[in-house]
Amino acid sequence: MPATEPPNRQAAAAAAGSAIALTDATLAYGDRVLWRDLDLQVRPGEFLAVLGPNGSGKTSLLRVLLGLQALNSGTARIAGHAVRRGSRDIGYIPQQKAFRAGSPLRARDLVGLGLDGHRWGFRLSGRPFRKRVDELLDLVGASAYADVPVGLLSGGEQQRLRAAQALATDPKVLLCDEPLLSLDLHHQQAVSSLIDGQRRRKNTAVVFVTHEINPIIDYVDRVLYLAGGQFRVGTPEEVMTTAVLSDMYGTQVKVIRNEGRLVVVGLPDATTHEHGGHEDGED
Amino acid sequence: MDLNEVFVAIFNFEDYGQLLPLVTNSLIAGVALGLVGGLIGTFVMLRDLAFAVHGIAELSFAGAAFALLIGTNVVFGSLVGSVVAAVILGLMGKRARDRNSSIGVMMPFGLGLGILFLSLYEGRSANKFGLLTGQIVSVDTVQVNLMLVCSAVVIIALLAIWRPLTFASADPDLAVARGVPVGKLSVAFMVLLGLAVALSIQIVGALLVLALVITPAAAAMRVTASPRLVVLLSVVFATTAMVGGILLALGGRIPISPYVTTLSFLIYVVCRLVGAWRTKHGRVGRTALPVPATAP
Repeated sequence: MPATEPPNRQAAAAAAGSAIALTDATLAYGDRVLWRDLDLQVRPGEFLAVLGPNGSGKTSLLRVLLGLQALNSGTARIAGHAVRRGSRDIGYIPQQKAFRAGSPLRARDLVGLGLDGHRWGFRLSGRPFRKRVDELLDLVGASAYADVPVGLLSGGEQQRLRAAQALATDPKVLLCDEPLLSLDLHHQQAVSSLIDGQRRRKNTAVVFVTHEINPIIDYVDRVLYLAGGQFRVGTPEEVMTTAVLSDMYGTQVKVIRNEGRLVVVGLPDATTHEHGGHEDGED
Repeated sequence: MDLNEVFVAIFNFEDYGQLLPLVTNSLIAGVALGLVGGLIGTFVMLRDLAFAVHGIAELSFAGAAFALLIGTNVVFGSLVGSVVAAVILGLMGKRARDRNSSIGVMMPFGLGLGILFLSLYEGRSANKFGLLTGQIVSVDTVQVNLMLVCSAVVIIALLAIWRPLTFASADPDLAVARGVPVGKLSVAFMVLLGLAVALSIQIVGALLVLALVITPAAAAMRVTASPRLVVLLSVVFATTAMVGGILLALGGRIPISPYVTTLSFLIYVVCRLVGAWRTKHGRVGRTALPVPATAP
């Protein structure tokens, strides 16, 4: 990807201390531009929600940050380094996907893979390894089912393990791809407060891709809204308004606020449905 | 043939002491195959590739039949056949659904080719039949050496990629994010699987390979979810079935495959019963601690 310098000193200074810095970033698949000239700095400890309809490039943004997808132009940096595959600075929580009932893995084995699954050979696990796994299980409140086969765990329990896996490397950035999808309300709260707790304790930056802002609205510092090849960045109050969203979608959209909750009415695309499957459809 | 004769044909232990030294080669091959089948079987189960094993076996059979026809080494022929099949499968559909249809297309084609080559072959008919349903106890030294070398290759390679392969098999999305070369591992695994299938065919035949590559691992997974214990049990089960099958077949005059598959099946049934009993009694490792509502 072409490396262009940030346009001015101010931007460069802002990028230097950022957990995530995207500069003039453009991503397109053929003629279809997902977003153009995206400038975004995420501070350590900041909670950024990424919202937008299917196909707006939310998941692609995570893929760029994971080093799995090259930008068409611009730069992407994580903790001051150009993005690369397998960076230890990144923890990744994917969408909940059920494990098969017979999978020969227990909860602790799954978390263990998050620690050293990328290394060659086989594990001659010692006490430090087991201790670290126990710590991580404890951190996400999964100690009670540490020895249960993963296939027998509920979706919410599995997502806690995903969180433990993601936190295994003590990452500077936590990327979450719809981690609450298909969880019940209780587990949605548990998993999102877990993620919030991590960024408060360890100053981890959080990028949280979601269809639905309400379960995390108390934690969100800023929103990145992607739609129709455009983007808006700002606080939820700035971005999630009737005027801004109507402008982005090019049609009349209404944002209703009620007791701290946000409801968007009249979207041209069903963006709030729960079972989007693998969204964006471009990979 | 009355029942008694049938029984003597199946179980006959006369002159056992004198026969035993004659099958040393087979026993060595049996232990090697038990190891390979048990190890690779755990990944076959984890990656949901049981049907692929069957598909590879049929093309391997075609390769072996061709080798028999033109008079070259049968083990070599079946190795070529199954590695070609495995690589094609590895490169084709990554999704299980695509993969299953390509296997379904490939399998009858392989079987048909094999039957064509066998029909043209004019040698001993026992040789023909053996490729499909397993050998009567006889493996010569050249074959044993080739099998041992291939087994060693498969085992060493598997151990080298063990951890990332487990990661990529159990959790491909996360493994990709962690920088694990998931696609390359998939192709590498298919090549190893191809080798393992070709080896198994020499003893149990193309139609019964699953008894050696799937059943032991599936049985192990019924009784434990600990990855180490699954591997250990799977290897023990596969080796028991192989060696036990050879020893039982020694005096009778039928191929060893019925013995191997029956032992393998019995082990599976016992494991299923044990697993069902344990599930019924709630022995799944969950401690009685209440699950906290939120993290500390």
